[in-house]
Amino acid sequence: MLFTSVDEVSARLAEVGYLASPAVATTVFLADRLGKPLLVEGPAGVGKTELAKAVAQVAGARLIRLQCYEGVDESRALYEWNHAKQLLRITAGRDETWDETRTDIFSEEFLLARPLLTAIRGDDPKVLLIDETDKADVEVEGLLLEVLSDFQVTVPELGTIAATSRPFVVLTSNASRELSEALRRRCLFLHIGFPDEELERRIVRLKVPGLDEALTESVVRVVGALREMDLRKVPSVAETIDWARTLLALGAETLDENVVRDSLGVILKHQDDVLKAAAKLDLGAV
Amino acid sequence: MNAAVPTAGVADRLTGLVGALRSHGVRIGTGETVDAAQAVAALGFADRDRLREGLAATLLHNPGQRRVFDPVFDVYFPRGVGAPDGAGPADRDDLRDRLAAALAANDQALMGQLAIEAVDGFGGYGGTTATDGWSSYQTLDRLRPQTLMSRARDTVRAQGGGAGFTDRLLEDEIRRRIEVFRGQVATEARRRIAERRDRDEIARRAVAPTADRVDFLFAGRDRLAELRKVVQPLARKLATRLAARRRRASRGSIDLRRTLRGSLSTGGVPMRPVLRRRRPARPELVLLCDVSGSVSGFSDFTMLLVQALHDQFSKVRVFAFVNRVDEVTGLIGPGAADPGGLSARIRSEATITGWHGSSDYGVAFGEFAERYTGAVGSRSTVFVLGDARTNMSDPNLPAVRQLTRQARRAYWLNPEARSQWGTGDSAALVYAELVEMHECRNAQQLSALIGRLLPV
Repeated sequence: MLFTSVDEVSARLAEVGYLASPAVATTVFLADRLGKPLLVEGPAGVGKTELAKAVAQVAGARLIRLQCYEGVDESRALYEWNHAKQLLRITAGRDETWDETRTDIFSEEFLLARPLLTAIRGDDPKVLLIDETDKADVEVEGLLLEVLSDFQVTVPELGTIAATSRPFVVLTSNASRELSEALRRRCLFLHIGFPDEELERRIVRLKVPGLDEALTESVVRVVGALREMDLRKVPSVAETIDWARTLLALGAETLDENVVRDSLGVILKHQDDVLKAAAKLDLGAV
Repeated sequence: MNAAVPTAGVADRLTGLVGALRSHGVRIGTGETVDAAQAVAALGFADRDRLREGLAATLLHNPGQRRVFDPVFDVYFPRGVGAPDGAGPADRDDLRDRLAAALAANDQALMGQLAIEAVDGFGGYGGTTATDGWSSYQTLDRLRPQTLMSRARDTVRAQGGGAGFTDRLLEDEIRRRIEVFRGQVATEARRRIAERRDRDEIARRAVAPTADRVDFLFAGRDRLAELRKVVQPLARKLATRLAARRRRASRGSIDLRRTLRGSLSTGGVPMRPVLRRRRPARPELVLLCDVSGSVSGFSDFTMLLVQALHDQFSKVRVFAFVNRVDEVTGLIGPGAADPGGLSARIRSEATITGWHGSSDYGVAFGEFAERYTGAVGSRSTVFVLGDARTNMSDPNLPAVRQLTRQARRAYWLNPEARSQWGTGDSAALVYAELVEMHECRNAQQLSALIGRLLPV
C-alpha cells in the first residue's frame, strides 16, 4: 500500500506539483486500498495523464505506459514472440532433436514483453497507465479484462503469469466511445471535471509563480465565465495555464479589453468561439 | 479495522442507497456494493464529502449518474438530524442580510448553513403530523434569494473587488451562486422530509431521474441541453449496433444453386453450404418532424441523433412541418454549429407555418405528398415524429396511405404516453392503423427504438 490516509495522498501529490481535489485524493486512496484499477474520465486537459505520472513519482514507482490507438492489438499491448531470435536459435542448434528445440524456443528468453505483461512481471513497484482507452478497439477491452481483474496474463506456451506485486493501474478515457460495462465494473470510476475557482487559482499560482496575485484571480474568473458559455471547445486547465504564461510573457499587469482581445486565441481554439466570447464579454470587434 | 467496520445499521443504509440508485436505473452489482462497503470501512465517517466521493467512485460508472447519486446520497447519509441546534426562530431580514454577505464573499459553507436555517424557518407547512412537511419552493418563495443579486454586487464593488475588466463577469457569477443556494435549499428540504417519511420512498420519488429517462414533453431547457450532449456517444453506440446487425444479416439464407454446384466435387454431398450474398445497399432515410412548440424538444433531439448517424445511410432527408412542410436537411448538416439554436433556426429559415401557428398534420401530409413525392422511394424508410395532435382538422388519411405505399417501411414515433393517444384532438389512433406507431417518451426509449427499427 502506498498511502495511509486521504490527507497523505493530497499532501504527497502536492509535493510533486499535482494539486488534487478532494474527489481525486479520495479515489486515489481507495484505488490503492482496494487494489482496483482507476478509470479516469473527463475533458481534455484537466490532468488525467498527469495524475498517473504524479502517483508514479510519489510512489517511487516505474511508470509503464500503454498508449491506445485504433488498431492496437495483442502483440502491441501484451507480448510477442521474438521470431528472428527464435530462427537464429533453431539454426544455431543443428544437432539437437526437435523436442529439445521446441521447448527451448518458447521460453521466457524469446518473449518480448509489451506494457501489460511488463506491468505484471517483477517485484518492483509499478504504475501502469493505459492512456486513451477509448481509442482502442472493443477487442482490446476483452484483453484488458483478464489483466485488470486478476492481474494475470495467460501465454499459451508458458502458462499463466500472475503478478507478484500488483501495479497501480490508471486508465484514462475522453469518452469518445462508450467503454464496455464489463470494463467499467472492474474499475473505480473517477470523473475529473474542471476545478473550482479556488483550486484553479492555486494551480495557476503553482505552475506560473511569477504572475501577479490579482491578475491570477482575474484570469481564473474570465476562464470560469467562458466555461459557462455555450462554446464548441471550452477552455481547460491546460489552456488557463497557457494563458497565464502568455500574459506573463506579454508583461500584462491587469486585464483589460485590449489584452483579452489580443490573447483570446490562446484559450479558444475555434474562430466562432472567439467571436462569440468577444461578443459576450463586450470586447468590441476582434 | 475495528472501529471502522460497517455495523449492521450502516450495511442497511448502504443497501438502501444501492436499492434507490437501482430504481433510478443505475446498474449496480453485488460486487460493487461490497466494494462500496470496503470503501466505507477504509474512509470512516469523519468526512462526509470523502464518503460521498468514495461511494460515487465505487458505485457509479459514468458521469451522468452523478446527478442522481448526489441527492440520493444526501437522503441516506444526511448531514445531520433534526432541526439546526442553537438557532432561534429565524428572522427573514436578518437571514437575507447574512445571505447577501455570503453571496458576496462566495462562502459556500456559510450558504449551506443558511439554507438549513432558511428551510427550518420558512419551509415548514401543515399542522398535523400526517400532512406537514418541508417545502423548498415555499422557502425560496419567502426568502427570494434572486432579489439579493444587486445587493451582493454592490457589496463586492464597495470592497473594491469589482474594479477593472472582470467587473462585467460579476453579475453572472452571483447569479450562479444563487443557483447553488437554491440547490442547497432543495437538498435540505429533502433531508427534512426524509426524516418524517419513509427514506426509500423519498429517494425514489423526490430525486429527478437521469437525463435519458426524462419525458421529452416535460423536459426543461437545461435537461434538453444535457440531452444534446449525449447525442454523439449515443450515435456511436447505435452505429456499432447497426454494424453488428448488418454483419449478421449478411450471413443470410443458403444459396441452393451454388451449394449444389459446389457439392459436385465431393460426389454430390453438400459439404460446404454456400450462403446467399446480400447486395450491400445502404438504405435511405426520410424524417418528417413536427417542430411545433409542444414537441420541438423531441424532434430536435431525434433530428440531431439521425444526423449524427448520417454516415450509416446513403441518403438522409429531413423535413419539418407545423402546418406547411419544408426541407431542412441543409440546416442540420454536420457543419452547422450550435445545436441549441436549431429549432429557432428552422423556424426562421424554413417555411413551416402558413396562416396560423398551430400544427395541422393533414395539410402538412398533403403538401408533402404533392411537393416531395420523389423523396420517398422503394428503398426509403420513413419516420414520422410527432404527437399527432391535429387541432381537430382533417387528418388527411389518403396522403398517409400513399406515403406508406411508396416507402419501404414507415414508422411513427409518438412522444406521448400510449394512454394519451386518441384523447382530445389527438388523431394518433387513426394514424396508428395506417402507420406502425411507437411510444417514444424519453431518450432511453428512443435509442432502443432507433436501434431496432433502423433499416440495415
